[in-house]
Amino acid sequence: MALLSILVYPDEKLKRVSLPVKELSEDINSFIADLEETFRSFPGCVGIAAPQVGRFERIVMVDISHKPKHVNHGFLVLINPEITFCEGSSLGREGCLSVPDYTGKVERAKSITLKALNQMGEKLEFQMSGYEARAVQHEIDHLDGKLFLDRLVSRRNALSKRIETPASP
Amino acid sequence: MENWLMLTLVGKDRPGIVAKISHALFDMQGNLGEASMTRLGGNFTIMLMVCIPESQTAVQNKLQQICDELGLFFHLDAIEAGLHRHIEPDVRISVHGADQAGIVARATDVLNKAGLNILNLESDVGGSSESPVYVMHIEGVAGKGFDAVDKALQALARENDVTASMTPIDTMVG
Repeated sequence: MALLSILVYPDEKLKRVSLPVKELSEDINSFIADLEETFRSFPGCVGIAAPQVGRFERIVMVDISHKPKHVNHGFLVLINPEITFCEGSSLGREGCLSVPDYTGKVERAKSITLKALNQMGEKLEFQMSGYEARAVQHEIDHLDGKLFLDRLVSRRNALSKRIETPASP
Repeated sequence: MENWLMLTLVGKDRPGIVAKISHALFDMQGNLGEASMTRLGGNFTIMLMVCIPESQTAVQNKLQQICDELGLFFHLDAIEAGLHRHIEPDVRISVHGADQAGIVARATDVLNKAGLNILNLESDVGGSSESPVYVMHIEGVAGKGFDAVDKALQALARENDVTASMTPIDTMVG
């Protein structure tokens, strides 16, 4: 096990698109253990993506269980995650390990259907909404080379009621 | 020791104000920090932190020429400041209703007593000239907890016939 160092914006590598995981090898499993250790070393953080530590494969972790008022699926290791359906929109404040000392408002889908593999290679499907869905969308963005900075809603627009209303499906 | 100045500027809005002012500061090796620039009632306003090696008098003289040309008023203050001093808000407050004299004073007074530290406030008057509508949004830190803020807003709404609500901000860090 080892703590991995976090890439920090404006590191160009954060813009790289990650490749799908082809095989759940021992190397991947050992990387996942290191990624979890790194993730756990940031209390208050609810997710991490492999490219944030310089590994450009489609692996993310999400755990919002320490925010008990939000419905959640516990600690999730998501391999080759894919959002197959999304609905509604919600505005919330986000920050990122890769963007220190800055937070901003970001619009995300309110509810998502998520498909992924777990560490055993089993196919999983989740229905998520709210905070957990936001965390998953933020982490999957990392796999596509995107940061929440790419999705910021300006302060004044962020105050407009228009954004708070769900978009039609 | 960094030499930070706060530039306060206001004048009739026209295109090019931001470009001309920021270019002048850049020409003096000024490094801009955090800024708030917005149009208020047909005027353009700037509050801007700038870290600059030139003396305050030199900056004053340079800006005076540009502001005279553009018809702007400005003011410079030497400030003790720095970057990376953000405070995260934990609550967002919204107040709206028919415009009425004193609503900002009453709202901010009850919120102050409820322990709120205001980090950002934006208010607007919309609607029509005959029936203006007042809208205010605040982000801040609830120093005495959300319940105190919520109770204060309920009382404010009741006593002033406005809609007032709060939402906790739970910043998602991923």
